[in-house]
Amino acid sequence: MADPEIKSYEPHHESLSAAVTESRQVKAVLMAIAFAFLAVFLLLPLIVVFHEALAKGIGAYTEALSNPDTRSAIRLTLLVAVISVPLNVIFGISAAWAIAKFEFKGKAFLTTLIDLPFSVSPVISGLVYVLLFGAQGLLGEWLKAHGIQILFAVPGIVLATVFVTFPFVARELIPLMQEQGNGDEEAALSLGANGWQTFWHVTLPNVKWGLLYGVLLCNARAMGEFGAVSVVSGHIRGLTNTMPLHVEILYNEYNAVGAFAVASLLASLALVTLVLKTLLEMRYGAEIAATRGH
Amino acid sequence: MTTAPAQAGWRFRQPSVIPGFGLTLGFSLAYLTLIILIPLSGLVWRSAALGWTDFWAIAMDRRTLNALEISFGAALIAAAVNVVFGTLVAWVLVRYRFPGRRIVDAMVDLPFALPTAVAGISLTTLYAPNGWIGHLLAPLGVKVAYTPLGIVVALVFIGLPFVVRTVQPIMEELDKEVEEAAATLGASRFQIITRVLFPGLAPAIITGFSLAFARGVGEYGSVIFIAGNLPFKSEIAPLLIVIRLEEYNYPAATAIAAIMLALSFLMLLVVNLAQTWSRKRYG
Repeated sequence: MADPEIKSYEPHHESLSAAVTESRQVKAVLMAIAFAFLAVFLLLPLIVVFHEALAKGIGAYTEALSNPDTRSAIRLTLLVAVISVPLNVIFGISAAWAIAKFEFKGKAFLTTLIDLPFSVSPVISGLVYVLLFGAQGLLGEWLKAHGIQILFAVPGIVLATVFVTFPFVARELIPLMQEQGNGDEEAALSLGANGWQTFWHVTLPNVKWGLLYGVLLCNARAMGEFGAVSVVSGHIRGLTNTMPLHVEILYNEYNAVGAFAVASLLASLALVTLVLKTLLEMRYGAEIAATRGH
Repeated sequence: MTTAPAQAGWRFRQPSVIPGFGLTLGFSLAYLTLIILIPLSGLVWRSAALGWTDFWAIAMDRRTLNALEISFGAALIAAAVNVVFGTLVAWVLVRYRFPGRRIVDAMVDLPFALPTAVAGISLTTLYAPNGWIGHLLAPLGVKVAYTPLGIVVALVFIGLPFVVRTVQPIMEELDKEVEEAAATLGASRFQIITRVLFPGLAPAIITGFSLAFARGVGEYGSVIFIAGNLPFKSEIAPLLIVIRLEEYNYPAATAIAAIMLALSFLMLLVVNLAQTWSRKRYG
């Protein structure tokens, strides 16, 4: 039944939507500005990496990557990630279990401490280990006397990497496990499972996608860390040069193809990380922690 | 004398049937102490051992002051740029529908995933006088690479996702009905954005700003390639720490690091106060 009274509201509705969304022109302008900004600041830097790496052809590219120093940098980066990521996974699970499953005094403070490495400059993260293990450091004399090499060697690089990637896994798991509560675990325990079984068969399957998400971010940072590792590595070619450090050396030697060839591997790693991360968010969004960003 | 009421008990933790508290908390604390707390307190201890006069002399050194000024100044400008464009990008991603939105959304995280050294050399190549962007700016007399402006460009790249990812979820939760209500009450679109939407977003924008700023102050990898690293002009504080370390001047490196940490924590405190204020002000 057409009611003339209601019809008269129509014009008013139109002006309402004009006040709730922007006009077409404004929309187009805003989108154009946003896309231009993203193109200049995100897309172009990414394209340049691959463009420069292939500037002298695919032959020069593969040759740059088969250089023995480059090979050893790749091996070292993989080694460092293989050691430091699992360490932070174990810590992340353990911290999340303690913080999410129990109520205790000082919990908020502990959570703040876990985030601490995010607010410390990477250079300072490296510096603290130099002050501890360096020749003039607190433990320097003792280490020297016992012939233990930490600085300018793999252990130092691993420590610095662990420091900067410390919060990643814990930060993903804590809110997720808090959200999930203790119900599943209490049920398993009341049915006779022991603590380890409960963790392995109940908790871990519940948080596996969130854990994978944290590992992904942790690994990307571990393989790409520059500042902290640069301070402790000593830059010994073929021995203590990780991929990002090798990029710097080649670049400073005006070997653009070499530098960008190694950089292209790291950029590919970043792209793979982004794709996997997006897929995880799309498929398992609800099973990853509610909090995003860093 | 009355006896104290039988206290329900100060408990370190609430009772729970779930096992493993001692093990996981113990391990977490031990790991945290070994990896983070002992090394960081070593820094504090070393700078305290310097004594006030030495510390003050290093802090008031003109090169130190300039480096700190450049680091904090460039990070401030870059964070401000990111607040404007990051909020705009978040708005476009949340409110508008266009093909490829998901890809654009994923791209925003690129600076999180791309190693800083890679960002550094590619931005330098782009903005060098013969680079894709640099050669467009050169005729205008604008130099980016090897100048302080280059530092800002690198920090804008590094900081962008911090603003977008903090503002975006809050924007998604904004209630459209509030906007509609404001519109029925006769507010213009401009009034709705400034009086209705902005107050709701302000705390998130402040958080995003502070995260981008904090990250920018400490940033090293992407900056050192593009900055040119001229002392007093385009030398950032983290680089000065590295230079002092390479000179085996541990006291100076330690003092600069301690100042940076203190300033960063001071800033976090100010941001927390600003947050509280904006929550009170805008409810």
